[in-house]
Amino acid sequence: MKPDDSALQVRGLTKRFDRLAVDALDLTVRTGEFYALLGPNGAGKTTTLRMVAGLLRPDAGSVSVLGIDALGDPVAAKQVTAWVSDEPMIYDKLCPLEYLEFVAGLWGIEPSVSEPSARDLLASLGLEPHLHERCEGFSKGMRQKVALAGALVHNPRLIILDEPLTGLDAVSARHVKGLLGERVQAGCTVIMTTHILEVAERMADRIGVIASGRLIAEGTLAELRQQNGRNDTSLEDMFIALVDTEAAAA
Amino acid sequence: MTTTTLTWFARHEIRLAWREWLAMMTAGRRGRTRAAIIGLIALAAFLHLPAYAVIGRFADLQAPLDKSSLIVITATIFLAWALMLSQAIESVTRVFYARADLDLIMSSPVALANVFSVRIAAIALSVTAMALLLSTPFVDVLVIGGGVRWFAAYGVVIAIGLSAAAVAIAVTIMLFRSIGPRRTRLVAQILAAIIGAGFVIALQIAAILSYGTLSRFAVLTSDAAAAFAPDTDSIVWWPARAALGDGEALLLLLAGSLVLLGAVMAVFSARFADTAVSVSANATPAHQGFRTRAFRAGSRQQALRRKEFVLLRRDPWLVSQSLMQLLYLVPPALMLWRSYADSSAAIVLITPVIVMAAGQLAGGLAWLTISGEDAADLVATAPLPSSRVIRAKIEVVLIAIGVLFAPLVIALLFASPLQAVVTAAGVIIAAASATAIQLWFRVQARRSQFRRRQTSSRLATFAEAFSSIGWAATAALVLAIPFAALVSGLLTAAIIAATWKISPRRE
Repeated sequence: MKPDDSALQVRGLTKRFDRLAVDALDLTVRTGEFYALLGPNGAGKTTTLRMVAGLLRPDAGSVSVLGIDALGDPVAAKQVTAWVSDEPMIYDKLCPLEYLEFVAGLWGIEPSVSEPSARDLLASLGLEPHLHERCEGFSKGMRQKVALAGALVHNPRLIILDEPLTGLDAVSARHVKGLLGERVQAGCTVIMTTHILEVAERMADRIGVIASGRLIAEGTLAELRQQNGRNDTSLEDMFIALVDTEAAAA
Repeated sequence: MTTTTLTWFARHEIRLAWREWLAMMTAGRRGRTRAAIIGLIALAAFLHLPAYAVIGRFADLQAPLDKSSLIVITATIFLAWALMLSQAIESVTRVFYARADLDLIMSSPVALANVFSVRIAAIALSVTAMALLLSTPFVDVLVIGGGVRWFAAYGVVIAIGLSAAAVAIAVTIMLFRSIGPRRTRLVAQILAAIIGAGFVIALQIAAILSYGTLSRFAVLTSDAAAAFAPDTDSIVWWPARAALGDGEALLLLLAGSLVLLGAVMAVFSARFADTAVSVSANATPAHQGFRTRAFRAGSRQQALRRKEFVLLRRDPWLVSQSLMQLLYLVPPALMLWRSYADSSAAIVLITPVIVMAAGQLAGGLAWLTISGEDAADLVATAPLPSSRVIRAKIEVVLIAIGVLFAPLVIALLFASPLQAVVTAAGVIIAAASATAIQLWFRVQARRSQFRRRQTSSRLATFAEAFSSIGWAATAALVLAIPFAALVSGLLTAAIIAATWKISPRRE
């Protein structure tokens, strides 16, 4: 891999709260890749991604987003990045279209570009009948879709999603997966944490497994199977074996 | 449902009410209970001083009273009742909308009418307990100064607490029936705010229109009020007579309140369940807009400011809070209008009222815009420095204050240019100080937590109040005793500097 081929390059990333949450983590995600970050609860996935998105200041280490030093020039890094958390944070008193107008305004996108894009996104997520309804009456799945549309309306080159499928019904989940797949096809990079291993198995180009704040395994599904020494095993079995081994070693 | 189950449920309700109250006192932090209790005792002890100043001179009152005294005491009791009614309406709406146990209770094999009777009683009990707590310093002062007969005042507090709770429940459930659960929440909150302040403000307005003063006692002690009041043996004076130690009046008052609460429990307990169901069914209202306007161009800060203004405009709770603040401006505005006619010197009094209102309103707005950010992650990951985000939010507060207070200052300009300049400066300084305090003590919270904003930092709450009072006093003194204004201004600035020094975010 060439040095400028990475969408995200994390080196020695460290964060301590009461205990060490992220332990000198090294991680590289290639441009145009769908990368799934897996790990048990409390492994450090969300903390890692929050540091990458600029929501948390690391204690040590470096973060490079598409060649931009995200700690030295956070505004430039944020311009090309989108963040979606598992708990959709939107404004109850705005309707979806107003929310997307606000997000586009924050990212400085021209209305002539952002408005058609916003309408397309909301339509593709099945929200067209609700364009002018305030979000206060929306279900969690609908709110998650509005948050996702907000993340995509400014055409980010790196999309970071923390458990985006939580609370979505099967149809909505398919909409979201389809939309993310399209973005990857268009050259965008997606990094996603999920507890739904089937999604990682089917969608991810590469999978990283994190435990106790460290990357304990990484590769394509085939590579992970090879590392595990069993070609017929499922991702779920591999994941549990990896985590158990790590826990035993700790 | 057996009596044992009912008793158990009553204990459960009291425990919930106690913990909600404790969480409010301790800002939800464990380990602060002891400090909160000590603080409360100290506050209660301290409150005896203002209580003595306000009520001490009435301790020697003896029955039979003249009409003016009866009017003043009855009006004071009615004011307390109105405040309790306001608090009770808040409690009832909280039980309907905020308690997460309605599904559990309603799916359990118990008679709902009985369960909700207990819940109604618990609301009445918590309202009465709070009223007893707040009235203790005042009753103590009366007992110490006038003898044990004043203990009867506690009975009056209990009676008005029970009746206020009963009326609040009836009003809220009738609102549900007539305007539906969606509007009831907003209307009940506004009603609570208006009832809480309305009586005092109405008296002030009457005093201004009749006597050209802000003092409500001018109306209550006037010959006109005495002429209109009923005879001294009327039922209207029972609360006043009961407070003075008339045992018969007290017993009748307590009995009447209990009968009223009992009637409300009998009539509304069953409907309480229906109402709770309709709240659950309408928990997700679809507010349909009609906008087809195109996206607007502008800078990133403009996008932030637009969003803040839209959210402020659409926030029903804020509407009721702002209404409350603006209600207090009605009497001074009225006085200003009257002063054109008679050039009253009392017009100076409106400057501190305006400055105080500006400080308090700015504090609330600043909390909403700076701390109450519902999409904190989105704003934090947006490509603009946090200093510009903060600046845009501060601009929103100052613009809102400017729009609300500029008409008053402009009107004042025609009456007294110097006073207008002093008032404008006071408004700007008080608003800037309150905003700065909210900025130094900002914590990430949801806008829906606005009600509890005072509990997140007691220091910020007190600093904000002292700052508004200090700047209001300074503005008044500039017009009356300029040298004293210097001292008052320096003291207020010192309070703000000390607040900055101990704030978690010095910026």
